[in-house]
Amino acid sequence: MTVETGLLTSQSKLRTSTALLGAIVLALLLAAPFFLYPIFLMSVLCFALFACAFNLLIGYVGLLSFGHATFFGGAAYITAHAVKVWGWEPLSGILLGATGAAILGVFVGFLAIRRQGIYFAMITLALGQMFAFICLQVPFTHGEDGIQGVPRGHLLGLLDLNHPLPMYYVTLAIFLAGFFAIWRIVNSPFGNILKAIRENEKRAVSLGYRVDRYKLGAFVMSAALAGLAGGTKAIVFQFATLTDVQWQMSGEVILMTLLGGIGTLIGPVVGAGLVIALQNYLAASDFPVTVLIGIIFVICVLLFRRGIAGEVMELLKRKAPQ
Amino acid sequence: MSTIFGIPTPALYGQILIGLINGSFYALLSLGLAVIFGLLRVINFAHGAQYMLGAFAAYLLLEYAGIGYWPALIAAPLIVGASAIVVERTMLRRLYGLDPLYGLLLTFGLALIFEGAFRYWFGAAGKPFSPPSQLAGGVNLGFMFLPIYRGWVVIASLVICVGTWLLIEKTRLGAYLRAATENATLVQAFGVNVPQLLTLTYGLGAALAGLAGVLAAPVYQVSPLMGSNLIIIVFAVVVVGGMGSILGAIITGYMLGVLEGLTKVFYPEASSIVIFVVMAIVLLVRPAGLFGREE
Repeated sequence: MTVETGLLTSQSKLRTSTALLGAIVLALLLAAPFFLYPIFLMSVLCFALFACAFNLLIGYVGLLSFGHATFFGGAAYITAHAVKVWGWEPLSGILLGATGAAILGVFVGFLAIRRQGIYFAMITLALGQMFAFICLQVPFTHGEDGIQGVPRGHLLGLLDLNHPLPMYYVTLAIFLAGFFAIWRIVNSPFGNILKAIRENEKRAVSLGYRVDRYKLGAFVMSAALAGLAGGTKAIVFQFATLTDVQWQMSGEVILMTLLGGIGTLIGPVVGAGLVIALQNYLAASDFPVTVLIGIIFVICVLLFRRGIAGEVMELLKRKAPQ
Repeated sequence: MSTIFGIPTPALYGQILIGLINGSFYALLSLGLAVIFGLLRVINFAHGAQYMLGAFAAYLLLEYAGIGYWPALIAAPLIVGASAIVVERTMLRRLYGLDPLYGLLLTFGLALIFEGAFRYWFGAAGKPFSPPSQLAGGVNLGFMFLPIYRGWVVIASLVICVGTWLLIEKTRLGAYLRAATENATLVQAFGVNVPQLLTLTYGLGAALAGLAGVLAAPVYQVSPLMGSNLIIIVFAVVVVGGMGSILGAIITGYMLGVLEGLTKVFYPEASSIVIFVVMAIVLLVRPAGLFGREE
């Protein structure tokens, strides 16, 4: 057996095992609502997509956005308003929310990419806070009350989303579409240039890439996908409130990604699942959730910066050569 | 009653005074952030929490030990500074040399722990804290009524700002600090204990935040959440000023505070976002900040 065919078989083996794993996960996701509480699962899926969208920036361009709640919560408001007040069909409402988030992303991104590193984080945080103040004051968001009682309606006028099962499968389909989009972006030539910027921005500039355009492009895509998650959340939970746009939400999505593994595709999903499960679990006790979130932050930063998925992959890699 | 642009003058002066007071806290906090960032290359997200801890330290000293405002003005910053030194020695130290974002995330986590814990123990509602009897009451300046404590806050914060600036620009310790900011390895080679200097700097920066907290306690109420919203505004102030210069941080802090006060008079709806708007404009025109250098 030549080296080449050996490589080929190992590659095709890897591909079959990945496909097999994917099929098992998909089957589990399809069966999940029969074993677990559907609202919990839908919440995990929405936040998982949100975290994946956030990870597109931190993991593949190296930009830490501290204001991603703007896109998540902004889209939730837009979707909720379109569906409740204008009577839009839910899917088009969600897509409108994602579009709105993308437009917000253009503004925020254009300002934020003018500085790097730590400043980028502070600017996105400040602009996010500004957006939260605006949401508090404009009439259509209804201030402290938020937009309540958003009807789930019928998907494309056909599928009744008021039943938990159809709602779950629609949420799953949106999550998978978003996840697939991120996978495509990361593994495209565009994604490779993003990674080059992450590794060495000056080098990417010297190679002739217009780094700012790539950064802005990635920022807008990330914002749009975060918006997709936020819009879906508004339909699932039937409300959009200030909680979704405040900095605590931006912090939560950072935690999910950090805990799961920055720069891994599956990490943010794992992180979102854990954080949501933990919040659900603690909701019954009187232990302050913020303290626990803070503790997890500190532990992650000090002890395992690669996150759960990152550490597992590192373990596998270390075992592989022997 | 006299008016300027249709605004009664007492209202205008009153808002300028409030602006100056807010500006004092922006200046004190962004000063501490700049000192810490200059040497440690860490954005101290816990700065707001340390400000809150300073206020709570003063409140608790009074409630449980009967220690009044004046001793607390010394004791509270020492307590906050000491706790910060523990944080630096046990945690922050491990992150030097890594991406500075990890320092931000660690201090963010610490801020959440402090705020969450204090909210759990004391509830979210503010606790009143009265100014010391020497500074109670007010004087009529003719054109406006000045509560004495507020005047004291403006003066005290100016003194602290100038003092810190002198400490860094004119003393031997400040010279070490500035030298280590430029090139830590070289300063270490000259026999200066740089790790100790880093610890001290973080303690000093946090103590400044704690001092600001004590000053703030009688003006705003003592509440677990008093720091978190303030720190985001201070971040915007820091982006506007650029973190290159200490003096720049001070001037920007007062300037934006007054601007915010004036906005409250002329267009109240925009007063909560005006600083962020200024930040956006500065980013468009001069991305490195008003007093910053391009890195």
